[in-house]
Amino acid sequence: MTGLFLSLYWSFFKVGLFTIGGGYAMIPLMEAEVITVHGWLNAGEFLDIIAVAEMTPGPISINAATFIGYTMAGVPGSLIATLGVISPSLVLLLLLSRVLIGVVQNRGARIFLGGLRSALVALILLASYTLGQTAIIDLPSALIFGLILVASLIRPVSPLYFIAAGAVLGLILFPY
Amino acid sequence: MLTFLKVGAFTFGGGYAILPVIQQEVVDNKRWVSPDEFSDILIITQGMPGQLALNSAIQIGIRLRGIPGGVVGALGVTLPSVIILLAIAAYFYPLMRDNDYVQAVFYGLRPAVVALIASAAVKMGRNILHGWNGILLCAALLAAAIITQVHPIVILVTGGLAGLVIFRKGL
Repeated sequence: MTGLFLSLYWSFFKVGLFTIGGGYAMIPLMEAEVITVHGWLNAGEFLDIIAVAEMTPGPISINAATFIGYTMAGVPGSLIATLGVISPSLVLLLLLSRVLIGVVQNRGARIFLGGLRSALVALILLASYTLGQTAIIDLPSALIFGLILVASLIRPVSPLYFIAAGAVLGLILFPY
Repeated sequence: MLTFLKVGAFTFGGGYAILPVIQQEVVDNKRWVSPDEFSDILIITQGMPGQLALNSAIQIGIRLRGIPGGVVGALGVTLPSVIILLAIAAYFYPLMRDNDYVQAVFYGLRPAVVALIASAAVKMGRNILHGWNGILLCAALLAAAIITQVHPIVILVTGGLAGLVIFRKGL
């Protein structure tokens, strides 16, 4: 059990440490840790949890860490995974808050982050492809994907609306 | 100190629009930080690892009460999430899972989530990838990620280092 706690903490610590810019930046990392490296969840379960994390208030990666931690190791697991994902922010800010403004405005650091963000775009695109293979399984689900992709690109409103639309379309189009 | 938990209370309704809500609360209503300080906080928040809401809450906490304040700020943002998600994971999710309608909802939610992820990639790409260098770097890294199947952290660090070489003359 201790081993599982340690790997939960370390996995989510890495997710927290390499999520730059918040939001969906954490998807490729969490996918790699939770599905590929540890096999804790399959792609379908992972997507379900992201959907729930998106529907509930609060930052998605903290929500997802709590849910995945609970699934793997109950309440202690959820607390450990959540602590893992917030640790990098806490440690960096508590120890280095005085120098951080200088660091993030440093030219070299900004150029490094620019390159890192190009990588992030590639990784998020790839994650949507691999996760899509589990989510888009027939014509109706492809239709839901297409509609919501186009709608979210044209009208950048809160993702909550698109999640709600996905749920309603699922109820209508599901092959019961 | 209790006032810090308000940081948690307002991210409660937050989701994606968290930052403007925090700004209104701590700059306009509570006057905990000045608009200038808040823009410094935002610059750090966006240039460092971690969640946006979490990073700004910790920094505001530190400015007000030092290290204990930072810890309380982090707890304030995190606790509501933990409590709500634990309740869902422990009680509601197992109850709902075998229901036909819940299956139908998740059947629709999965492609919806994938669409949102793809859309995030497209929007980020539009904002970030200026000029051919950025686009080529992104394409090269995508190809590398597919072919080598290495951990995303390796791709991210490679991207950053490649950026130092490619974008040296100006971003």
